Amino acid sequence: MRIELVKRKEHSQLMAMLSPLIAVALTALAAGIIFSISGHNPLVALYKFFIEPLTQQWSFEATIDKATPLILIACGLSVCYLSNNWNIGAEGQFVIGALFGSILPVLFPSFENAATLPLMLIFGAIGGALWALVPALLKTRFNTNEILTSLMLVYVASLILDYLVRGPWRDPDGYNFPESRIFSDAATLPEVFGGAMSLSAPITVLIAIILAIVLAKTLKGFEIRVMGESPRAGGFAGFSAKGLTLFSFALAGGLAGLAGTMEVSGALNQLLPSISPGYGFTAIIVAFLGRLNPIGIIIAGFVLALSYIGGEGVQSAMGVTNEIASVIQGLLLFFVLACDTLILYRIRFVSRHGSQGEASHV
Amino acid sequence: MSDNSLSQNGNSMVQQPRSGKDTLLDARGLTKRFGDILANDRVDLVINKGEIHALLGENGAGKSTLVKMFYGSLEPDGGDILWQGTPVTIGNPAAARELGIGMVFQHFSLFEALSVVENIALALPNPGRMTELAKRIENVSRDYGLPLNPADIVADLPVGIRQRIEIVRCLLQEPQLIIMDEPTSVLTPQEADQLFLTLDRLANEGCAVLYISHRLEEVKRICHHATILRHGQVVRECDPTKETPASLASMMVGADVASVSASEQKPQVGDVRLGLNGLSAKAATPFATALNSISLDLRAGEVVAIAGVAGNGQGELFDAISGEMPVEASMVQVDGKACGKKNITWRRRQNAAFVPEERLGHGAVPGMKLSQNIVLTRHSTGDKLVGNGFVSNAQAGDMEKRIKQNFDVRMSHDDPEARSLSGGNLQKFVVGRELDRKPGVLVVNQPTWGVDAGAAALIRQALIDLAREGSAVLVISQDLDEIFEIADRIAVISRGFLSEAEPAEDMTRERVGLLMAGGAEAQGEVA
Repeated sequence: MRIELVKRKEHSQLMAMLSPLIAVALTALAAGIIFSISGHNPLVALYKFFIEPLTQQWSFEATIDKATPLILIACGLSVCYLSNNWNIGAEGQFVIGALFGSILPVLFPSFENAATLPLMLIFGAIGGALWALVPALLKTRFNTNEILTSLMLVYVASLILDYLVRGPWRDPDGYNFPESRIFSDAATLPEVFGGAMSLSAPITVLIAIILAIVLAKTLKGFEIRVMGESPRAGGFAGFSAKGLTLFSFALAGGLAGLAGTMEVSGALNQLLPSISPGYGFTAIIVAFLGRLNPIGIIIAGFVLALSYIGGEGVQSAMGVTNEIASVIQGLLLFFVLACDTLILYRIRFVSRHGSQGEASHV
Repeated sequence: MSDNSLSQNGNSMVQQPRSGKDTLLDARGLTKRFGDILANDRVDLVINKGEIHALLGENGAGKSTLVKMFYGSLEPDGGDILWQGTPVTIGNPAAARELGIGMVFQHFSLFEALSVVENIALALPNPGRMTELAKRIENVSRDYGLPLNPADIVADLPVGIRQRIEIVRCLLQEPQLIIMDEPTSVLTPQEADQLFLTLDRLANEGCAVLYISHRLEEVKRICHHATILRHGQVVRECDPTKETPASLASMMVGADVASVSASEQKPQVGDVRLGLNGLSAKAATPFATALNSISLDLRAGEVVAIAGVAGNGQGELFDAISGEMPVEASMVQVDGKACGKKNITWRRRQNAAFVPEERLGHGAVPGMKLSQNIVLTRHSTGDKLVGNGFVSNAQAGDMEKRIKQNFDVRMSHDDPEARSLSGGNLQKFVVGRELDRKPGVLVVNQPTWGVDAGAAALIRQALIDLAREGSAVLVISQDLDEIFEIADRIAVISRGFLSEAEPAEDMTRERVGLLMAGGAEAQGEVA
């Protein structure tokens, strides 16, 4: 028997819906195998990893906190990936955005009024966008590979943050700990819904909905989709590939920078040597698991946020290393990309006897 | 011959008993199904030794499916193939070559950066020593009147020579049956004549040729026997030398093909609507062609055709006129406005329209629905498709229905993705999408490439009608029959140079052929 992939004539709408679910199921299966190999009851471990965080209020709120930056970054990345611009550097754009957003509370702590927070958010978005425009300009001007340049700039950004919190931006009253000063109340993102979540969560949902409408209904969204699928046809339509590269990088960087600022202003309340558990990279998985669709990304953001909380859960309850979260995230991305094949191909089982060789090749 | 009697005969035809001791290949009841489409339905075909056998049919009639089964790249769902009287299973192309079946493909599979001998060595099961192979290539190619220099790099060779490489590669395996898929579509008339001599000689030596072509003139001229497929079934066999191209065409289509006429009514030419003034551009890549000081005045009311063999700068010229490749401002003028530096959207707003050669991936986005593909070229042309930045799907859907109806675009369900349409139907769509605007200037590259006779006639008539209503139409084509059918004036492009556009009635095929060959002869003849 032989398994063949047969190309479909058109995209399968059904598979477009099902493929992320199949991927999640396969990930759970693979994770269960890993748990049982390492000597744990796979069902208990999977329950603690994926389900338990949703059953308690504190861990549910923690999941929302983790999901928020993931969703916001992934929304920006989806515009990049839809238009065939491979921005892998959201982590760096997140960090630089957080730095720009922290300029007011760190360097001008006495600037406290109603404009403080909005200005911080704007600064953060600008900072992330500027950082993202570096690989975009290199790509449009010198044809460099944006995957490499955007990724390398992540490490540059992390080192700049590290330098600032240990050096010039260190809290003068902080006993030499590598931290910035604590943000004032005017520079702190308020909590909403009775303290259940930070204001960043509703802002993120609002941005995701706006982006969903732009992508589905407007000419700009059409341009993004055309350029991603067929750049030559996009040029024939009169769209500029270079312009769109700059646009999509700036948008993704801006949203990542906004997420960075909201993270330091809301969750952390100060700058630390490390401000992200890899949100910028995990958001890549979120973007693809959400089918590069902002509404899908909201759901996918929750699933990936669970993996952070669940990883801590299995570590404390069963002594499984926290690294299991990264392994499961990687497996998920792998299965998501593999299952996407089913959208344009169907699987056929061929039983034949006495045949040899590859008949489909000429 | 009356067409009515013809189509009645067609279906009830009983196959003549042509198989005998000279039979090389005898296919009986070959059936191949793709999903719910029956691509080949109980096809019987007999090929005798020394016969040039034409396989005719419209696009989608099942010709490619049939020859792929002979060449081992598809497996039949039913029926038998007898090779010299013995039933055989042809599992893969290697098995086919072992039997003595060779194939020359429509699209070449050559590595441009390698030499002739290296390319051939890659395809042979036992190439042996390169120097000996080079000698064999030289001998075989000269013997058959297809001279090749084994050391030449493929990238430097014109398309006609590249086809020789494919043919010589096939001949080196001493086949008894050669399958050729549209071999002359890329050749100048003179190059095609050379190929016909070679085929004649092969046939005299007892080799059989299965010849697929849309060019009925040449089928009539060189083929001994013709089998005509329609909707996957053999509808008729005939001796093409006793038919006319028109009667062959009606057998293929199963109805009369409307003939297109341009020259009966002389156009009332008006002002220059598209002006090219000393248009020059450097080659963007090593495999592109530079444009050299091209000048042309295209006037209202006329159809001007640019003939030429593929790869002589047609694509680059199209991109310069459409605005996908910017040039100096004065080099391109639409209705007197210099626009060489303007983008394609600006030119569309000047009421110019463009249809590129490549339908999928250039003229249309494969994975998008037809209505979305209308937005692709019509988003800024005042069709109320876009308001405040929002795309109106309802308006796009209405336009899709209108174009589908006016241009007879056939589809399995409403508003499918572009990739699911057959080539001919998609071509009707991308041409119809622009004609629907009634553009003042229309530039079409290869308007009927790979399109069946019925659809081609429809498209050509639409182009002429547009011109007669006062628009200017520029057709870039490699099909001389088409050019002589519709053009008022003809120019020839060769190596990025354009000859002066001359009235069609003063042009002959010989003269066009000589212009096409341009300065190419020197390189073409490696002796």
